[in-house]
Amino acid sequence: MTRIFVPLVLIAMVLFASAPLVVANAPVEQTMGLVQKIFYYHVPSAMLLFVSAFVCGIASAVFLFRRSAAADRVALAAGELVVLFGLIVLVTGPIWARKAWGVWWEWDARLTSSLLLWMIFVAYLMVRRFGGPGSEKLAGAMALFGMANVPFVYVSVNYWRTLHPKTSVVMTLAPGMRGAFWFCVAAFAILYLLLLTLRKRLEDQQAMVEQLYLAVEE
Amino acid sequence: MKKTVLLLVLIVVLPGALLWAQQPAAPQGDFVPLSEIPQTEQLPAAPMVIGAYAFVWVALLGYVWSLWRRMTKLERELADLQRRVPKH
Repeated sequence: MTRIFVPLVLIAMVLFASAPLVVANAPVEQTMGLVQKIFYYHVPSAMLLFVSAFVCGIASAVFLFRRSAAADRVALAAGELVVLFGLIVLVTGPIWARKAWGVWWEWDARLTSSLLLWMIFVAYLMVRRFGGPGSEKLAGAMALFGMANVPFVYVSVNYWRTLHPKTSVVMTLAPGMRGAFWFCVAAFAILYLLLLTLRKRLEDQQAMVEQLYLAVEE
Repeated sequence: MKKTVLLLVLIVVLPGALLWAQQPAAPQGDFVPLSEIPQTEQLPAAPMVIGAYAFVWVALLGYVWSLWRRMTKLERELADLQRRVPKH
């Protein structure tokens, strides 16, 4: 992993530095105008929010059923990233909505379920942080519940009446917009991998420190 | 009789007509619909796009900074502990 870490950092830096230019050169949307460009980092962040919730949920399941400490560390790292990318989604979305809909927030199915998903993972981190010994099992169950929510959040725009654009908007993008969008998705995905690796490494070191404390006490 | 009826009509109609005539074209407390929003009143999109993008950067850099801070603290702790642990 260390061997590919530096090239990944370089690729992420190049992609993130050039992303504003790529987004600026993408065509302006006919109805929404310039504000639609928020889409290029709002949607990749939402994708990674979902991916991270799945990583956290699956790793928690492995931890709960196989007692794997390494899986628990992956789950914690992914849980923190759910909250980070969720925060980006929940801030950039309302900025776009203010211009596109005229309101910052609408209590519709997609927005409310996204907020609930984010709050489940905030609760997951709080249980991990303040729950005391054994709290990782309770948090693991919460992560499974959070992961189970993801499909509902995703399809909410197709089944309930909402102002939010439907899921089909990504697959039907105009050619000029499609390239810029997938460029941003690649940049965010590489960044996500890097952050997950770094956060997992931090958790590994934390485990090592705890073992050393025990060794010192003995 | 005709004069009395005319006088009564005038008494009823005239104040009403005067009141109607004196009504302001656009009462101050009411909302007045506008056919087209003036350019100066529209929400500018560019600061919102830039603001949202800046937030993404601040959030990501803030997280990287927090990771770096936690790692530095842990590495210091780890080095200190490794010195204290007896070597076999």
